[in-house]
Amino acid sequence: MWTWFHKLGSPKWFYDISGKLLNFMAPVAALLLIVGAIWGLLYAPADFRQGNSYRIIYIHVPVSVLSLSGYYIMAIAGAIHLIWKMKLAEIAMRSAARMGAGLTFLALVTGSIWGKPTWGTWWVWDARITSELVLLFLYLGIIALYEAYDNKVSASRACAVLALVGTVNIPIIYKSVDWWYSLHQPATIKLTQKSSIDPSMFYPLLIMIVGFYFFYGVALMLNMRTEVLINERKTRWVQDIVERA
Amino acid sequence: MNASQNLSLLKGLSATLKRELTLLWRRKSDSLNPLLFLVVVCSLFPLGVSPEPKVLAMLAPGIIWVVALLACLLSTESMFRSDFDDGALELFLLNPQSLYFHSLVKVLAHWLLTGVPLALLSPIIALLLNLPVAGIPVLIMSLLIGTASLVFIGAIGSALTVGLRRGGVLLSLIVLPLYVPVLIFGADAVKRAAEGAAVPGQLAILLAFFMLSFALAPLAVAGALRISVDS
Repeated sequence: MWTWFHKLGSPKWFYDISGKLLNFMAPVAALLLIVGAIWGLLYAPADFRQGNSYRIIYIHVPVSVLSLSGYYIMAIAGAIHLIWKMKLAEIAMRSAARMGAGLTFLALVTGSIWGKPTWGTWWVWDARITSELVLLFLYLGIIALYEAYDNKVSASRACAVLALVGTVNIPIIYKSVDWWYSLHQPATIKLTQKSSIDPSMFYPLLIMIVGFYFFYGVALMLNMRTEVLINERKTRWVQDIVERA
Repeated sequence: MNASQNLSLLKGLSATLKRELTLLWRRKSDSLNPLLFLVVVCSLFPLGVSPEPKVLAMLAPGIIWVVALLACLLSTESMFRSDFDDGALELFLLNPQSLYFHSLVKVLAHWLLTGVPLALLSPIIALLLNLPVAGIPVLIMSLLIGTASLVFIGAIGSALTVGLRRGGVLLSLIVLPLYVPVLIFGADAVKRAAEGAAVPGQLAILLAFFMLSFALAPLAVAGALRISVDS
């Protein structure tokens, strides 16, 4: 039953299986993203207060959701790396860190672009924005820690420890920031509540979120495949692939 | 675990505590510099923002807490440095005594000689920044409890970066985001208390943070020290 898990330790096996998975996942991701984007951007009704500017949620919300789940994916990969010393987990952790930082940054940028027409300002110290900013710092800390070590074996283990510490802390940070914000909340700002969103706007959003998850999987695997090829560049099977190409 | 093992654990811990306190006592500048830092940086704010007593009173809880947090961060940087440089750390790793308890005691000793003095010095800063007198007891309390969590969290970062040549800036980058919850509740407790409200809730949550970091941080510290010595 656990053989698939042990096989994950073999870069070659991963390279083969991820190639097959990509053949299936990449088209699904593309299809979902195209359908969701066209539906959301062209056919979903305009918001009665925000007009068309709300449509940025079709990028903003999936990116924000993934930026947080990406942290957990990274931390779980880090834990697997620490416990079983699995090389692939280390590669997954590093790829997830880079992608997570990018997604978090995108979430902040799209949020601030959305904020300009809606709130009249680029930046508000809102609870979710603040948590997202702290999340970005956590990602950047992990990337910086990895870069600072000369010995890359220790670097990835140190990053895994830091990622796990962050995992314990993230719920606490989110709750604290929520609490802090509820004390200072200015009355004029009202975010769209998830529950109050109309189904005609919600379905394309759902499709976009699922599509982004698939996209994340595809991007993560592509990232990992590249790293695997670089790491294993001296082995026979990689040289075979290169020669065939 | 039988009685003799128990005894040796306690003995080991008290020996560690004694060693750490002696070392810190002999290098007084390590404990005094954060205090100086607190006083100097806090006295810059009236120059930079405004010497207006009302403005200062409003900003005081936040300023004192943020600066105390930075002072804690600066002092944690050197926590494992000398042990790492002179090889004592490797001996601790080889010790039969668990690294978890060793880190726990070490961090506690560090807190006794940095966090506690910071908390005790804070009333003077409070007077300089015109914090209402009603806030001062809570300021001391919140800093006492809060700096303990800060030192524990900072120890993780310190253990992760001890093997690196230039760990200072990196340490702040990886540790400061983790300080956010403590800062929020600590500064808010002082602010409310200065307005005359009772703040048992905030202090209780600070205490909860302390207990959580007390129980879990030494695990991470021990793991991080092993990695740092390996590299």
